[in-house]
Amino acid sequence: MTWKQIAVPIAALVIFGLFWELLVWVNGWPNYKMASPSDLWPAFWKFRWLFLEYGWDTLWRTVAGLVLAVVLGVFLGMIMGLSRVMRDALYPLLVGFNAIPKATVVPIIALLFVGQHDMNTILIAFLISFFPIAVSVSIGLSTLEPEYRDILASLGASRFTIFWKIALPKTLPEFFGALKVAVTLAFIGTNLMEIVEPHGRGLGHLFDSGKISADYPLMFAVLIALALMGILLYYVVVAMEKVFAGWAERAPT
Amino acid sequence: MDRPLIEIKGVRHAYQTQSGRLPVLDGLKLAVPEGGFSAVVGPSGCGKSTLTRLIAGLLKPDEGEVWLHGELVKGPKSIVGMAFQNPVLLEWRTILQNVMLPLEIVSTKMSRHEREDRALHLLALVGLEGFEDKRPSELSGGMRQRASLCRAIVHKPEVLILDEPFAALDAFTREDLWQTMHAVKAEEPFTGVLITHDLREAIFLADEIVVLSGRPACTQYVMDVHLKGPRDIEHLYTPKSADALNILRRQIQIAQGRAPAEEVAQ
Ligand SMILES: Nc1ncnc2c1ncn2[C@@H]1O[C@H](COP(=O)(O)OP(=O)(O)OP(=O)(O)O)[C@@H](O)[C@H]1O
Ligand SMILES: [Mg+2]
Repeated sequence: MTWKQIAVPIAALVIFGLFWELLVWVNGWPNYKMASPSDLWPAFWKFRWLFLEYGWDTLWRTVAGLVLAVVLGVFLGMIMGLSRVMRDALYPLLVGFNAIPKATVVPIIALLFVGQHDMNTILIAFLISFFPIAVSVSIGLSTLEPEYRDILASLGASRFTIFWKIALPKTLPEFFGALKVAVTLAFIGTNLMEIVEPHGRGLGHLFDSGKISADYPLMFAVLIALALMGILLYYVVVAMEKVFAGWAERAPT
Repeated sequence: MDRPLIEIKGVRHAYQTQSGRLPVLDGLKLAVPEGGFSAVVGPSGCGKSTLTRLIAGLLKPDEGEVWLHGELVKGPKSIVGMAFQNPVLLEWRTILQNVMLPLEIVSTKMSRHEREDRALHLLALVGLEGFEDKRPSELSGGMRQRASLCRAIVHKPEVLILDEPFAALDAFTREDLWQTMHAVKAEEPFTGVLITHDLREAIFLADEIVVLSGRPACTQYVMDVHLKGPRDIEHLYTPKSADALNILRRQIQIAQGRAPAEEVAQ
């Protein structure tokens, strides 16, 4: 990474912050309409321990939901990718499930397991994010050219060996493409649940507290914290992609 | 008399498709002696790739038998090596690791060092010395096909099956690879079947040329190539080769149904 790759995004961030500050100042907006960046820092400082504690809650719940989504998504994708019958059977079910707006599922889950904050949050993060993973893995596996299979099958290799040595690595680029989408989705899921659940924890809950006490700078501070966490998670996936599927990246020509 | 190493006896095969049964092979016969190299030519879509999958044990014939080295083929066995028109190299592996792939399945007792030596030896043989650490995407089409050839023979298969391996290459690269094939065969003897659309390639590489009829395919004509062992490109331009080419071309036309069979019989 060169200094330019770091400096350019930071410069963009600073310019964005200045514009925001200017906009609020020029329009003379009061705090409750639009907080300005200079109001955020005091809000952060005032609630610094809550930000740390709740930030950690949101982070681990999102990651746990994602891990669950990866495990079950890959498993479902494998089943659908390797068996035509299973694909025909499961696909409409999955598409139908995915079409349901998750905002409607949130209160149902919240009522179903009242008080189980961690489980409910992880569950929503999982439900909202496993679909792209399952679809990408199943498409990756079912579109494997027969010759790729044949080079190992002709040697008497088992189905598992073929999956492990060829099919799985070959789907990794698609998998990581889907994981980037899934990360953002899981994050949305976690926060939806945290906002809706009473007496909960997490940044979503902090946002809700800000709303109830009409502390607008706090609400904006939570939004910024969420954005930062989203960026962090996204780039963790990008880094993993570089390590495990870096070969798929062609040198620029 | 010794039994041929590859023996295909009256094989019949049909695919199940949406529009019903599609008979592809019908009573096909083929015999290749040990160390022999047979080229199989035939009209497009007549069932040549199906034949290779039957020999490799990837498909079961509906009727008839495939024998390899005196054993009835019931499923895939590691005595077969395959290469296709598409080199199907694995992008996430280096060229060396690609060539070593079959050894990971077949020769589990071999040490890593021995595997590497074996793969490096073959890469040098086909002229890919110094490219072992490159990724497939960094190689030209001809070089990829050379690597694919190395992978097909790295585990010393008794039977080498080549399904139009040179079809996607330009004419000059193809002639280079023909020479490479002879070099490889001299050093690493194998018994082989080469599927091809190129009659000159068949004459230049094979001992025997089998013409298949149109679908459903059976053995229509067998020609003995009188050249033996390594040969020069010039041999393709002798009157003898020209005659052979003409006969083969005629046979293909019959297989395609574009010429009546009797005309040639006289
Ligand atoms: N898995 C399959 N299912 C159904 N039909 C198939 C299948 N594989 C091949 N066929 C059909 O069988 C026929 C023979 O196919 P095959 O690939 O063996 O021909 P080929 O001689 O290799 O053709 P080409 O010269 O184009 O390579 C074709 O009509 C093809 O459409
Ligand atoms: Mg073919």
